[in-house]
Amino acid sequence: MDFNFTDEQTMLRDSVGRYLSDTYTFDARMTAVNGDSGWNPGVWKAFAEELGILGAPFAEAHGGLGGGAIENMIVMEEIGKALVIEPYLQTVVIGGGFLKAAGGALADAVIPQIIDGSAVIAFAYAEPQGRYNLADLRTTAKKDGAGYVLNGHKAVVYAAPWATHFIVTARTGGSVRERSGVSVFLIPANAAGITRRDYPTVDGARASEVYFENVAIGADTLIGAEGEGLPLVEQVVDEATAAVCAEGSGVVRKLHEGTLDYSRQRKQFGKAIGEFQVLQHRMVDMFMEVEQAVSMTLMATLRLDERDRAKHVSSAKNKISRGARFVGQNAVQIHGGIGISNELAIGHYFKRASMIESQFGDADYHLRRYESLMD
Amino acid sequence: MDLNFSAEDIAFRDEVRTFIADNYPAGLRAKSEEGEELSKEDFLSWHKVLAAKGWAGIAWPVEYGGTGWTSVQRYIFAEESARGDAMRLLPFGLNMVGPVIYTFGTPEQKAKFLPRILSGADWWCQGYSEPGAGSDLANLRTKAERFTGDDGKEYYRVNGQKTWTTLAQHADWIFCLVRTDPTVKPQEGISFLLIDMKTPGITVRPIITLGGEHEVNEVWLEDVIVPVENRVFHENKGWTCAKFLLAHERTGIAGVAASKRGVERIKTIARTEIDSFGDDAQPLLANPFFKRKVAELEIDLTALEFTELRTLAGESSGKGPGPESSLLKIKGTEIQQRITELALEAVGHYGAPYFRGFGEGDNEHPIGPDYAHRAAPTYFNMRKTSIYGGSNEIQRNIIAKMVLGL
Ligand SMILES: Cc1cc2nc3c(=O)[nH]c(=O)nc-3n(C[C@H](O)[C@H](O)[C@H](O)COP(=O)(O)OP(=O)(O)OC[C@H]3O[C@@H](n4cnc5c(N)ncnc54)[C@H](O)[C@@H]3O)c2cc1C
Ligand SMILES: Cc1cc2nc3c(=O)[nH]c(=O)nc-3n(C[C@H](O)[C@H](O)[C@H](O)COP(=O)(O)OP(=O)(O)OC[C@H]3O[C@@H](n4cnc5c(N)ncnc54)[C@H](O)[C@@H]3O)c2cc1C
Repeated sequence: MDFNFTDEQTMLRDSVGRYLSDTYTFDARMTAVNGDSGWNPGVWKAFAEELGILGAPFAEAHGGLGGGAIENMIVMEEIGKALVIEPYLQTVVIGGGFLKAAGGALADAVIPQIIDGSAVIAFAYAEPQGRYNLADLRTTAKKDGAGYVLNGHKAVVYAAPWATHFIVTARTGGSVRERSGVSVFLIPANAAGITRRDYPTVDGARASEVYFENVAIGADTLIGAEGEGLPLVEQVVDEATAAVCAEGSGVVRKLHEGTLDYSRQRKQFGKAIGEFQVLQHRMVDMFMEVEQAVSMTLMATLRLDERDRAKHVSSAKNKISRGARFVGQNAVQIHGGIGISNELAIGHYFKRASMIESQFGDADYHLRRYESLMD
Repeated sequence: MDLNFSAEDIAFRDEVRTFIADNYPAGLRAKSEEGEELSKEDFLSWHKVLAAKGWAGIAWPVEYGGTGWTSVQRYIFAEESARGDAMRLLPFGLNMVGPVIYTFGTPEQKAKFLPRILSGADWWCQGYSEPGAGSDLANLRTKAERFTGDDGKEYYRVNGQKTWTTLAQHADWIFCLVRTDPTVKPQEGISFLLIDMKTPGITVRPIITLGGEHEVNEVWLEDVIVPVENRVFHENKGWTCAKFLLAHERTGIAGVAASKRGVERIKTIARTEIDSFGDDAQPLLANPFFKRKVAELEIDLTALEFTELRTLAGESSGKGPGPESSLLKIKGTEIQQRITELALEAVGHYGAPYFRGFGEGDNEHPIGPDYAHRAAPTYFNMRKTSIYGGSNEIQRNIIAKMVLGL
């Protein structure tokens, strides 16, 4: 057993961590969040050019660093600590995940654009009626000559306003919730017939409702085999879920640290509130959740290639969803009134933690999936 | 023992039910269904209807214009209000400073303030907390120095800062705890002052909370001149009023009736939302995981309700609201918070879009189902309930000390 990072991985963590703590201050983040575009393209450029992290999980042949899921985990944990809004998850983990699995001309064309920062990808998979079921799809892609015609409505597509490309799941056959008949496409975000309704999200990002109306797309936009996309979608969403667990680990770590710091400074009844045993024990319980989140993230990340992947990912996500709620709520509680003000970072970590709880399925969903896969 | 209402109680219930159904403004009902922020006019519109009917001073004695209702009638009124989606009137005038004034005030103070509280003419806010005095309220620093004015009258000059002052942006008056003697034990040098918000030297600054609401404020007091006759009760004996008021603040806080309505709303959402898993699809309420949480919530709410009823029965047989009210506060707020948790869980992806600031006249439709767009902001906002009114940790300390004798 070896839980040590390689030198390269340690360097990656250090350089991302340092860059973010130097430049991605809470104030800078909030300026971007509240600005018109809602993000900071300069940061994205720095991710590509200064840090090279947009290439972290890609093969050297494509210009990447030759890493994989562990590199994604490292970056995502730092992203969680700094509350980064820029779409590493959507572009690198998810977009990159699909392209790596598909290979071929599309991968050769787009992966280098991800790495150099010119491609930003959003993942249009959820639908208004679908909840967390990846096969609950009403969006259709009908065969039309050599290509397809896409129709449908995708819900809460994070990063869509910034995207150059969408990865879209659609039915080329089968009925709603059927495992077969699901196909995956990578299409330009400005294709004719796509309309968006953009909005901010409660955790500081941007998202859209995306509508496809008779969008004509070429056969070369298909990722994987027609009608057989669901296993690939499940695999990439599991990778993304593990990455969100890593982000969650970073978020709860900061919630815990911030609360410890505050409890040492804040005085009531003539002493630091951290001296009240009831709060000490609460912070110990938070600490245990943080450590277990890190453990479960590692476990799931290291097992992404195994047969039991889904079960491991669901166990991690269930644990981290519950932990995120516990740590987030207690961080706010121990801060008292100031914890619910929008001016302090703590509340924004709490908001992100609350969204992480349900991203790619909440605690109940993953518990249910775990139960269905239990021996 | 009898769990049933008497015939008079049932007649009363029907009267209240009909009155609310006939008189509650429809626009307000829609807003509270979706958990929208209410405007000053919204708050006041229902207050004025109830005042005209003589039903604003629910817990007040008849001699001061109150209803003189029994605790059971008050309970029925709260229940029917929630059932009809009617908002609760703001507590600052009616449940806090009003009872302090009719209990400790001078005849002049009673005559001047009580009718205007009942009618809704004056909007009150609570100036207790300060940056360094939250849970440790007695640590407050805002000081009031007494002096004789050029007109020969006695005044206080008040300097300091209050914080977390709910809806101070609308207030006509603030009741403040101030330090009038810094040389004695903290609890002994405090006075209870009524301050006109229009007095020069008062500045109100908004604090925006997690859901984006402007609900609380900082209130700065710089050389604010307050006539001595605006002090309630004796100088340096304000702590007596403060504690009396806090006990009153806590009783309304359990919110059983509103929580019942909240549970109903969760069920409605969960009957509408479709939960699909594998090739199966069913209403979310049929999902055993979710259903169990709703069932446990209902059971806990029933336990709270009957504990509250026992407390009410005790009160009507002469026991005042004791430290047991802390139990109602803790359990009541925990349940309120769980309701918002379940609502957020229930709406799935549509908990994420953030919608705010599309004001009157802007009919942009929110993203997702109508019940979804306030789920997350309400969840964030309701974290306050275990903090304000004496945090739940402080309430547990009170029970440990006063009830368990630890
Ligand atoms: C099955 C069993 C096997 C054991 N085997 C052995 C053995 O082989 N050899 C041996 O030497 N001893 C043994 N013990 C004894 C064991 O170590 C003690 O029971 C233990 O240290 C607790 O001490 P106590 O029972 O006196 O409880 P106390 O110390 O009186 O504690 C009572 C309660 O108060 C709490 N408490 C105490 N101090 C604090 C504090 N500062 N803050 C918060 N809470 C506090 C405790 O957590 C506990 O809940 C055994 C005990 C059991 C039950
Ligand atoms: C939305 C909102 C509205 C409010 N409205 C008003 C208002 O209108 N007027 C007004 O005067 N005030 C108002 N308050 C203030 C409220 O009463 C205080 O926030 C509350 O008393 C807690 O004080 P604090 O925020 O300073 O937290 P602190 O007292 O600093 O507490 C921080 C944490 O330490 C814990 N703690 C403190 N002491 C102990 C102890 N002895 N043992 C164990 N744990 C302890 C607390 O429980 C809390 O978890 C409002 C607050 C909020 C959030």
